[in-house]
Amino acid sequence: MGLADPINKTVRRVPVWSVYLMGAVPMGWLFYQGATGGLGPEPIKALEHRYGLIALQLLVAGLCITPLIRFVRINLMRFRRAIGVLAFSYVAAHLLVWLVLDLRSIALIWSDIVKRPYITIGMVGFLCLQPLAMTSNNWSVRRLGPLWRKLHKLTYLAVLLGAVHFVMLVKGWQWEPLLYLGAIVCLLALRIPAIQGPLLQVRGGAMKSAHPRGG
Amino acid sequence: SLGGIAGRGVAQGDLEPNSYEDITSYNNFYEFGTGKEDPARYASAMTTDPWSIEIDGLVDAPGTYDFAELVTGMTMEERIYRFRCVEAWSMVIPWNGFELAQLLDKVGVQSGAKYVAFETLYRPEEMRGTRSPVIDWPYREGLRLDEAMHPLTIMATGLYGKPMPNQNGAPIRLVVPWKYGFKSIKSIVKISLVAEEPKTSWNMIAPNEYGFYSNVNPAVDHPRWSQATERMVGGGLFASRQDTLMFNGYEEDVAALYDGMDLQKSF
Repeated sequence: MGLADPINKTVRRVPVWSVYLMGAVPMGWLFYQGATGGLGPEPIKALEHRYGLIALQLLVAGLCITPLIRFVRINLMRFRRAIGVLAFSYVAAHLLVWLVLDLRSIALIWSDIVKRPYITIGMVGFLCLQPLAMTSNNWSVRRLGPLWRKLHKLTYLAVLLGAVHFVMLVKGWQWEPLLYLGAIVCLLALRIPAIQGPLLQVRGGAMKSAHPRGG
Repeated sequence: SLGGIAGRGVAQGDLEPNSYEDITSYNNFYEFGTGKEDPARYASAMTTDPWSIEIDGLVDAPGTYDFAELVTGMTMEERIYRFRCVEAWSMVIPWNGFELAQLLDKVGVQSGAKYVAFETLYRPEEMRGTRSPVIDWPYREGLRLDEAMHPLTIMATGLYGKPMPNQNGAPIRLVVPWKYGFKSIKSIVKISLVAEEPKTSWNMIAPNEYGFYSNVNPAVDHPRWSQATERMVGGGLFASRQDTLMFNGYEEDVAALYDGMDLQKSF
């Protein structure tokens, strides 16, 4: 198809390590900015929010990979693991800022987790990502076989919880978190066979079986 | 300028004010956006001259007053107050202004008045944040009459001896130092003396989270976060939290206003 082929050709020349590098740079840069006044007079909250937002953006990017192949035949599959691992790293950094810089008290942390639904939801989302991060290596993929695929469907839940966490934490009804939630719901809906099937047929039946795999 | 006159201080203690830069770059003023940096970026679009304030309800001299006319004859002072946001951050701000009681005395409060209601300017073409329905605009706040008449309650027209910056609520705003910051309504265009408790914006949005009183109280948590501690803005990336004080440190001055009230219920 017109656009997909040149894109796929270009993308094939991009090494995966460069995606890791590009993804990791903002983490250090934001921390440096926070420590040197670049994030405004309240850098702890700013850093916490920036890391959280990048995590959510990476999770959304990860959810786009399969629909891009299925519906427009742009193949970014080889970057999916890097995107997932980076997303997990940003969620962990987001959590660490909250624990180590923001609250700094086991008692405060625990009472927040059990008393505040948006924090409970965020923590559950983080826990969902835990086994995915631990099995994001070749050995686990081989070892777990088809189970790996099933396990990594936990991403769907984690991303959804992340977006709900964002919607709940802001004051009032704000557009930004609702747009993320909306986008995520749409991306998840594209995985439902009853929705995916008709859409693929509209796209042209010939491609139906081209890429049956992917999460 | 009106905001630039300093006078005696009240309840200042040994507070060290935040920098002018901190105070004017980290703001909640949703009329200009929900980000902390939005007000500093966009509030310059707000026209503050001319400015008039409508005063109505149970007063002897209702009417629409020009800002300059209204503040004429008021005793201007500097008040260095703690400022505690409901989001658990805080600042120390050197306000310039006058006691609200003076203004209320000037317009003559009638005996039936029990509350004071305030409204912020609502002008979508100059206030980009009001184009989204985050709040049922205009922003509204209110005080019980005895809270409004309390000597700690001021109308601020400046800070650091300079006229009030737009992002901080130019040209005139309320400052009630023992309440969460959102009670200290900015850029006021209307003041009404009323008999019933007025509707207030955050209370309308989430009554379980934001009470009418919204007194700073470390023992009553916001449902989504603890109010026991706060972080002083400006401390950098490694600043730790400090304990939040009852009534934000003004307990001696204001606790009597709430004698006999259950502060867990009337939060």
